[in-house]
Amino acid sequence: MSKIKLKVQQEAISHASKGSMLRPFKALAFLGRKPVTEALQARIAADIYRGFHLNDWDKCIGCSTCHTICDNAAIQMVYIPDLPSDLLAGKKPFRPAIDYGRCCWCGLCVDICPTGSLALSKEYIHTCTEDHIDSYFILPDPKGMHKQPFEKGWEKSDQTDLLLHHRQTMQQLPALERIQNFDEIVQGFTDQAAFEEASRCIQCGFCHDACPAQMHAPEYIRAIWEHNFEQAVTQIYRTNPFPNVCGRVCTHRCESACAMQVRGEAIAIRWLKRYAIDKVPHARVKALVSQSEISKPDNNLSVAIIGAGPAGLTAAFDLVQQGHKVKVFEAADKAGGMMRYGIPEYRLPADKLDEDIAIITSMGVEIVCNTIVGKDVSMEDIVTEYDAVLLATGLQQGRSSRIPGSNHKNVYSAIELLAKIKRQEDFIIPHKAVIIGGGNVAMDIARSLARLQQQYYANINIIVTTLETKDAMLADDSEKREALEEGIVLENSRGPLECMVCDDETLEGLKTVACLTVFDKEGRFHPQYDYTDEVIYSADMVVEAIGQNTVLAFLGDTITEQLEWQQGKIKVDNEGHTALEWLWSVGDMVKGSDVIHAIAKGHQVAKSIDTYLQNIKVFS
Amino acid sequence: MRAENYQAVTHPESHEFELNFGPNHPGIEGNYALKVRVNGDKIVAAKADGGYLHRGFEKLMEGRLWIQNIALVPRICVPDPVPMEMCYALGVEDLCQFEVPERANWLRVLQLELSRIAAHLFTFGGHAATVGMYSNMFWGIADRDLILDMFEQMTGGRVYHMYTIPGGVRRDVGVEQLDKISDLLDYLEKRLSDYDNLFFNNKIFIQRARDTGILTPKQALSWGVTGPNLRACGLAFDVRRDDAYLCYDQIDFDIATETAGDALARNLVRRKELAQSIYIVRQVIDYLKKDKSTHIRCQIPNPLAWKVPAGETYTRVESSKGELSFYIVSNGGEKPYRVHVRGPSSMHAVQVLEKLVTGGRLEDVAQIMFSLDACPPEVDR
Repeated sequence: MSKIKLKVQQEAISHASKGSMLRPFKALAFLGRKPVTEALQARIAADIYRGFHLNDWDKCIGCSTCHTICDNAAIQMVYIPDLPSDLLAGKKPFRPAIDYGRCCWCGLCVDICPTGSLALSKEYIHTCTEDHIDSYFILPDPKGMHKQPFEKGWEKSDQTDLLLHHRQTMQQLPALERIQNFDEIVQGFTDQAAFEEASRCIQCGFCHDACPAQMHAPEYIRAIWEHNFEQAVTQIYRTNPFPNVCGRVCTHRCESACAMQVRGEAIAIRWLKRYAIDKVPHARVKALVSQSEISKPDNNLSVAIIGAGPAGLTAAFDLVQQGHKVKVFEAADKAGGMMRYGIPEYRLPADKLDEDIAIITSMGVEIVCNTIVGKDVSMEDIVTEYDAVLLATGLQQGRSSRIPGSNHKNVYSAIELLAKIKRQEDFIIPHKAVIIGGGNVAMDIARSLARLQQQYYANINIIVTTLETKDAMLADDSEKREALEEGIVLENSRGPLECMVCDDETLEGLKTVACLTVFDKEGRFHPQYDYTDEVIYSADMVVEAIGQNTVLAFLGDTITEQLEWQQGKIKVDNEGHTALEWLWSVGDMVKGSDVIHAIAKGHQVAKSIDTYLQNIKVFS
Repeated sequence: MRAENYQAVTHPESHEFELNFGPNHPGIEGNYALKVRVNGDKIVAAKADGGYLHRGFEKLMEGRLWIQNIALVPRICVPDPVPMEMCYALGVEDLCQFEVPERANWLRVLQLELSRIAAHLFTFGGHAATVGMYSNMFWGIADRDLILDMFEQMTGGRVYHMYTIPGGVRRDVGVEQLDKISDLLDYLEKRLSDYDNLFFNNKIFIQRARDTGILTPKQALSWGVTGPNLRACGLAFDVRRDDAYLCYDQIDFDIATETAGDALARNLVRRKELAQSIYIVRQVIDYLKKDKSTHIRCQIPNPLAWKVPAGETYTRVESSKGELSFYIVSNGGEKPYRVHVRGPSSMHAVQVLEKLVTGGRLEDVAQIMFSLDACPPEVDR
């Protein structure tokens, strides 16, 4: 079977020949050969040699994944004060330092590096005297250990990458199906998909730092990966009493900071949060939350919160856990604020919001609905009855463009119309609607109206006009994409000029002109129009989705005078404290943004109120 | 010493005394020792004395993630590290039910066989040195270095390659590289006759090694002898054939055997295996050149979130020293619950060595140990 010649070896076994006298002269043949020993000089290392580290500081984001994977604990993250830090973009001023007393050059740090900034070079010689023994602890940069021009050796490639860069696909209703009704579009992860998605996380914690509420995302992602959903929910509730809401409509700053998105797709942190809360039965969530915090004994101090939106309810949730009596006054028929009346059902089903609010009320928060402060209960009564008051009324009034004809009855504000749709109030569904505005609210109302048009007329005719170009529009990319899929028409760079009303008082359409620029050189809102380029979009309804205002008339003259004001808003300090020591303000009415910011501010203001109430207790 | 100062030593009745053979004896292989009781040059009794290289690998592995252990396992046996990586990877793959791509398996065989050649060259050199033939040692080490060059070019590391990971291998090997290996094989094949002239046909070696440290087949089986040492007793057992792993079942090779069971036979088996390994590597190169696939690793989980399903597995490969096995237990966690390494050298360097040197002569201790190719770091782990 063997194809190898083993002649020489057979001879060895028999050892028959005694050899000739001349045999020693064979050694002469070696005189001409090159010696096997080599002169002592540095040899050029192989192309993929694993020598000393190189680190591209521009690419490195300081995520410390190299530090985590290092099996010899040879990598320490060092704080570099001069480096830029941008937590929202996922950049930290830390860089890995390598202890060559420990490193074994396995290259796992390179293969796992999410950015691809780390590489090993072809350099392999370093020696020093005892005085410079610290020179074995180095902070690699692109220039190498001795600033010599050594090339990269072991580098990361797609073939060797140890990370999983692709996101699990989320089941979503297709455009043709979802346009028929207000069913939730996003179907949620399957068990397998959630597990796979959670397993991609490298636990760098950038999400935690980028989240306005500093949610413990690494911890709950880890818990999901471990199939410990109750633990995940407990971790979520440490900082967020609205997991159902944020698991669906959060603006997910965490995902923009995720280290995985540098070379691949960010972990779907928002969907994982939703998966965790969907996975644990509501009654069990209630039990977990009531266990999670040890409430101090009731101290008979009370707080009135005006407005049951995300900020007000978060503050209420925190304050009851700190042992205070909290009563929330809500003008609408149900709690939730913009989460209930501003976000369409297809993005956030009302029953999910109800679940979150039910947890909050189960903790002892009292919410009185259908109670308008200033009408059903006077501000003075609240001030006398409660030790502290928090204003969290949000922005309830849609802003108007004030163009001619905008006071027509068929010209709505988006926020008003969204609430009507959510409450299922009657109004005449337009055959043709034009929306003014390019933000997420504009998309919400356009897509809601499209669903109603489909239901009633089986025909969608909705035009969204925006001042900005398509790329500069404020709406999320996914919102834009889905709106287009649903048959909504985007008309970009159009400035509204007039809501055209016929003689018989019917609305005819919206006259627009081309918008050249939106902001002036100082960055202020100051659109420039080209009046020669005029287009009229015919419509029987125009909806203005250009922002909202707050209404604070209920405060009364005395309080209004005592407060300090800034650009039409109540002036507050960083913790939401107004000029009056018993009054705080929080949420959109201070600085409008989104649910998670409102939650973050709610926590902050609750802490401030608690400190104030503690002091009252001490001094009384 | 002046003649007038010389006084004849009066020996006690017993001429026996205990000699520490190692750990600093030049004839011992690595950091290892034998306590031998000698009567003149004759060895009356021997006791293996290891532990100088104990680094606690098995325990260390319990504290590291599954992927991190790839940096640890090759260190168990320094001269022949690839089978360690391989055996660990096979175990984890078995527990995780990974489907390893075919190309990766062939690349692994390439590594394994090159490692075997390098290890054998190292051993010849060592053995030759114990019988006073240092040129052979220089040649062996120098030629081994050429293989290390190949390892460096393929894996980025010369001695510890950390190349085989559970699921596949870390890098592909290009055609140019395969050509270089092919050239090296040509060179090594030519060198074999030089080695034969210098060593295997050398009268000094043959006379020293023949009938030294004879191991009978029965003893070999009862003392747990494996690998070339077993095959030198005439028992043709090789894990590569008898419990084929990777793609060894698709490769043509002979199992080298000898019958004498002495130090000479053990060396001759290794000499034949050198030729066999060269023959195997040539087949692997042919395959890899024809194979157009670039798939060298199956999808493995994120190394930082990797739980291996609970279970236990026992995997074995044929290392240059003999049968190497890993017993891996997972409790479903991110780290191994228990890893046990059954290295061939623990048998060869303890019970076998003790028995073979007893009754022999002091000058043969070193050569018997080298003929058994015992690897102290693997004994101690």
